[in-house]
Formats: sequence, structure tokens, C-alpha cells
Amino acid sequence: MSHDEYQRHDARILTPSFIVLLTLTLIGLALIAVRFIKGIGAVSNMSDGYPWGIWITYDVATGTAIACGGYAMAILIYIRNRMHYHPMIRSAILTSMFGYGLAGFSVMVDVGRPWNAYNFFIPSKWQVNSAMFEVAVCVMAYTTVLLLEFLPAVLTTLEKTEWRTLQLLLDMLYARMGKERPEPIGDRLDKVKELAAWLKPRLDRVLIFIIVLGITLPTMHQSSLGSLLLIASTKLHPLWYTGFLPLLFLINCMFIGYSIAILESVISCYAFKRPFETKELSGMASIIPWLTVIWLTVVIGDLAWRGQLGAALSLDFYSRFFLLEFCLVAGGSLLMFSGKKRESIRWLFVSAVLIVLGGALYRFNVYLIGFNPGKGWHYFPALAELLITVGIVAFEILGYQVVVKILPVLPRLHTRQQLDAAAGHAAAEKE
Amino acid sequence: MGKEGLFPGVSRRDFIKTCVTVSAMLGLPFGMVSKVAAAARKADSRPAVIWLHFQECTGCSESLLRSSHPTVANLILDMISLDYHETLMAGSGHQAEKSLHDSMTANKGKYILVVEGGIPTKDNGIYCKVAGKTALESLHKAAEGAAAIISIGTCASYGGIQSVGPNPTGAVGVSDIIKDKPVINIPGCPPNPYNFLSTVLYYVTFKKLPELDKLGRPLFAYGRKIHEHCERRAHFDAGRFAKAYGDATHAAGYCLYKLGCKGPATYANCSVTRFNDGVAWPVGIGHPCIGCTEPDLLFKTAIADKVQIHEPTPFDSYAPVDLKNKGKGPDPLTTGVIGLAAGAAIGAGVMMARRLPDGPEKEDEHGKSE
Repeated sequence: MSHDEYQRHDARILTPSFIVLLTLTLIGLALIAVRFIKGIGAVSNMSDGYPWGIWITYDVATGTAIACGGYAMAILIYIRNRMHYHPMIRSAILTSMFGYGLAGFSVMVDVGRPWNAYNFFIPSKWQVNSAMFEVAVCVMAYTTVLLLEFLPAVLTTLEKTEWRTLQLLLDMLYARMGKERPEPIGDRLDKVKELAAWLKPRLDRVLIFIIVLGITLPTMHQSSLGSLLLIASTKLHPLWYTGFLPLLFLINCMFIGYSIAILESVISCYAFKRPFETKELSGMASIIPWLTVIWLTVVIGDLAWRGQLGAALSLDFYSRFFLLEFCLVAGGSLLMFSGKKRESIRWLFVSAVLIVLGGALYRFNVYLIGFNPGKGWHYFPALAELLITVGIVAFEILGYQVVVKILPVLPRLHTRQQLDAAAGHAAAEKE
Repeated sequence: MGKEGLFPGVSRRDFIKTCVTVSAMLGLPFGMVSKVAAAARKADSRPAVIWLHFQECTGCSESLLRSSHPTVANLILDMISLDYHETLMAGSGHQAEKSLHDSMTANKGKYILVVEGGIPTKDNGIYCKVAGKTALESLHKAAEGAAAIISIGTCASYGGIQSVGPNPTGAVGVSDIIKDKPVINIPGCPPNPYNFLSTVLYYVTFKKLPELDKLGRPLFAYGRKIHEHCERRAHFDAGRFAKAYGDATHAAGYCLYKLGCKGPATYANCSVTRFNDGVAWPVGIGHPCIGCTEPDLLFKTAIADKVQIHEPTPFDSYAPVDLKNKGKGPDPLTTGVIGLAAGAAIGAGVMMARRLPDGPEKEDEHGKSE
């Protein structure tokens, strides 16, 4: 594995989108502060009937699926041995890292008595028979694994850094305080560079084991996210309540993972004005329809077997959401089946959006829309509750945006044509 | 501390067990056990106790001694320095009087005075005399140098059976006579020995009196009604009452309220602490509570009379399962914001899709269109 596959995206960090995202993040954080001071009721509409609101449904159940880009890419690269996708993995892992880290964070916001949360780190307090426990352990372990997987990017940078930004900052500070400039800071931080250089080859050697863990853990907990709802047999609508929930969640997270990897690549190339990775993306897109076909087959077969096909077509409240979810996934897959459409960035984008929306709606259906705790209960997220979720998502995008400009994450541009194109963008940006 | 320790014949295990029991009775945290034990063990901390008997049946002393805790009785008699107790002391006559006088002089202002029995006041108190002195005289004299007075039993607390009308001897309780000293009432006929022991140990340990209710009873023992912790309470709430002694309803262990149980009006811990080593208590064996800790009940109302229940707590309905507030629905602002955001997202998505190149080899076109 060569670290030359990646490069830093050279661009300004303080862009207008940075300011917007930062504002949203700060609003979210302020509301989280309100939640911890005044309690969950002050910011959310959750109740005894709906103890899981938008935070669990989106931030945890859907957010981790959307963060499965790293998982899907790792399967593709290491299990199916398609090494030419390797340059794309680092950005996928970065997205996953933010997604999972913040899913764990949302749980802390959501937990009713957060001061008891430390018990989770005490093995004697574990309830090992719980699906929730499995999810919690895996999310935590996987976040750690993702951090380790991402570490090479940090180490490479540390190894080569001249501490220029830090030096500039210090120079400015010293100048402002009217003090004499001391020796360059880089000399004093050589130890850090040495440590990074020492650690990197060692990390490279064990990285494959960490990657294996990184593939195992999501397989375990993504299916557990489905198992969680197996308990709610009387509350979840029969359209979605099935013994196949774990399997459906697992496949669902894979096709969402590939789709999100496509979206992420398209959007970041578009936003950062880099050439599109059409060849890799269309290759990846050829996998998705097979996964969705398996998924849709299980869904339909299971409905038929349980005699719920009539309910699916009854066009009532639940049936409409089911059909919407079904059509989004099926429509996106149909587009991706066409080889010609797969060659087009536009259609790749459209179909990936449809599949991500459909896959996410499936999780919403299972966790929230198809969930009915009894007569009279109702739930709709409060504005503050939504803004906390928006703040967390904004922080994810913000973090991605900043990190790719600091660390070598995006694939290196190789061909002349690519470089010219990139140069052209840069020139266009300057004008 | 073995058998050769401070209290001969008491094993360390029994000693600690007693201290744990007493700490629990007092509602002290478990950690306080060692403090109680230390206070009990310290020989020089033993307060002198003078125990006077007046118009009484010695039932309270008997209860203390003949409770199924002989070791406890011994222990307590060792833990406190019992200098004068008419039924227990070996000496008699002038010897006994001397010991009383000596202790009162030596421990002036420090000793605990325990009074058992009512005090006759009519005709200058001539109806009860010990060693040529009336009960009234003895009490005044002993109370003068006492640190605190414990009235054990209902007679010493409120006058008891001899004070019931027409009250020929003019009997009253200690607190009706002594006004300038702290008086703790441990009423009961007889009171639970542990309530007495706990009060004494509390005083020995903390050097202060426990919290009292308005009748001068320690709150730790007399803070709640028997009814609140009665083992038959569920029958009361369900409306199952014993109709007569020996009846099938009585045999089935139903609530004794209709047989005259005074539990709903009686403040005491009998239902929790029980008697005879904690195994039995009147209501438990099928007799209604006679309200012996209450000045207005025992000997003042017939055993078969029902008390007025002022706080009828038996619930006539269950807590509502069908809540009125079952979550919050959407409000216009939220849906509006979601609508706008979704619209903007779809719009942005469509615009972006339109700007994206539609074809395999048109990557550079993207740049030109910018």
C-alpha cells in the first residue's frame, strides 16, 4: 500500500460553506447544551410511547448505514481484491469515521441518564445478551478501528510536515506581542516527526488485521440494528416486522454504503472541482443492483410468505411509505443496471441518490414510521430536536471538508489530462 | 473481642449483630455500625442509669429481660452502668438506697433516669411510696441531676391504666410533672425493648437525643402508623376483613380492622420490628392492635371499637394507563422548516444533476461549463 496514492486538496479552508456549516454546528451544540441542562423534554418530542426519536432513527440507525462507505469499500478492495479502488478508500473511511463517531455521540445525547453511561466501560456491568449491547460495543470498537485505519494519513503528514502554518501563527503572535522570535518551532517538534516515522511502518504491518476487524464489526452490528426491532413484535407494522430484519439491515447497509461512496466522490469532485472518477464509480455501481436485487427479493419473498402482499398494496399510510421505499430502491437499481447509464456521472448521481433515499427510508420505516406503540401515541420531531441532528450532520460535512484540505485523503491525480483539468479549475476559481 | 472481652458471655458475633440491629433500627447507615460498636465497647462511656419504678406492673422491665434476646438484655445492662433498678439489683433496704444516693451524687448532671410506671399526685402522692418517700418526691429528686429522662412504657409516658377515669390516685406521666428536662417517651404496653435500647445507644453514640415527635416519642420508632407497614394491609386495601374471631375470614388472615384494630391510628414500629426475636406481634397472630402507644387509645377505647380512619388510602382505582398526553405531534414551524429544507435539497440535487456531465468521456466539459 503506497501512501502516494493520496493527496491533500490545496484550497482555502474558510469558504462560505464552511461558515454556514459552522453556524449550523454551533446551533446544534447550543441545543445539546440546553438538552443537558434542562433535560430531553426541553428539546425533543420523545415520549414514553416513542422513546426513540429522530436521534436514534437518523443519527444512529440511518447515519451508521450512510457511514458504511468505508465498510463497503473495504469489502470491495480487500475481500474482492480490487486494488485499483484503493485510492478511494481513505475518503470513504474519513466519512465513516465521522459518521460512526457522531452516532456514538448522539447516543450520549439521547441516553436518558447520561451520568450512568460510564457503566458501559465497566465489563462487570455488561448485559451481554442484549442486541443493544452488541451495537454499542461494535460502534465503539469500529470507531476505534476507523481511527486506526485513518491514522496513516495523519502520520504521513506529520512525517513530512515543516510546521509551516504553526510557525506562521507563532511568528504572528510573537510579532504582535513585540517579542523576539525564538528558534524555528520545527526543530523542537522533531520528536513528533521521529515518532510518526517510527510508528508508520509498524502500523502498516498490522493494518491488514485492523482492516479485517473493520469488515467484521459492521457486519455484526449492522445486522444487530435490525435485531433491535425484533423485540418490538407488537409495535412494528407487519410490512416490516420479519425474522429477516437482521439480514435486510445488513444488505441494506452495503448498498447504501456503495451508493454513498459514489455520492461522496461525485459531490466532492464537483465541489472541489476535481475530475470525476468515472471509471471507478461505474465499476462500483455495477455491484449495487445485484445487492438491491437480493434485498428486494428477500423483501418481496418474505411479504409473500407471510401473506402481507395485500397489505403492501393497500395504499394506506403504511403501504404508501413501503411503496415509496420500494420504488426508490428499485428505480435506482434499474438505472444502475444499464451499462450506459453507469458511464454517466449524472445518472450515477441520480441513481445513487434514489438508492440512498430508499435505503434510508427503509430504516426510517422500521424505526419510526412503521413503529406504533399503541393507540393514541404520536410523535413528530421537535424543531430543536431536528436542529441537533442537523448540527451533527453539518459537523460531519464540515469535518470532511476541513480534513481533506489538511491531510492527504483524496485520490492523487495522475494523468496529464486529469492534472490539466484540475489546473483549469484552479484557474477558473481564481478568475 | 472474644468471650473474655468486655462483656463476658457475649461472643463478638452476637455483639456486632446487636450493634447492626440497633443501627438499622435507628435508620443509620451501615457504616455507623462500627461507631455504635465502639461507643458500646468503651467502658468509660457507659452512662450511669437510674431506673425508678412507680405505679406499674414491671412488664416493661420484664419485656426487656425476657425478650428472646437474653444476651441483648445482659449486654445492655453491661453497656450502661445500671446503678439502681428495684427489680434487678441484688442489694436491698439501706444498701440499695445508698447506692441510689451515691450514684446520684457521683454522676450529677450526667446520668440517664429511666422511669417505669405512672406517678400518683392526689393527696400529696401518698399512693405510691418507696423507702418512705412518695413517687413524686423520688422523681423530683432524681430528675434534678439527670441529663435526660426516658419514660419507658405507657404508664410513665402518659399515666397508663391507673390514670383512666375516675383516676383515684391522680396518676400522670413523667412529662406532666418534669418540665425542665428533656423527657423521651417510649410508650407501649410493653414497648418493644429495641426501641428503648436504640434510644439509649443513640444517646451513648451521639451524645444527643434522637429526633422526637410532638408526644416526645423517638421518630425512628414512632414515625409511622402500624397500618402503613402492616402485613395485612393488602387485605385492607382489597376490602377483605376478618368478621369474627375464629371465623374463616379470621383464619384466612384477613385485615383485623373490623375487629377493632387500632393500627390505622397508632404510631409504632411493631409491624416492622415485632416482638420475641422479631417473629411475632399481636396483629400477626390474629389479635387487633390495641393502640398501646397512643395516649387516647389504650384503656380509653374498647378493644372492639373501630377507629376513625382519617386518611382512607385504599385506592378505588388503578393509576391511569391511558395517558392524556401521548406525545407531541408536528407543529407548523417544524413542518415548514422541514418542507423548505427538503425542497431546497431536492432543488439543489436536481440542479446538481443537471450540471453533472451526462456521458462517459465528457469529464472536461464540466470544467468548461463553469
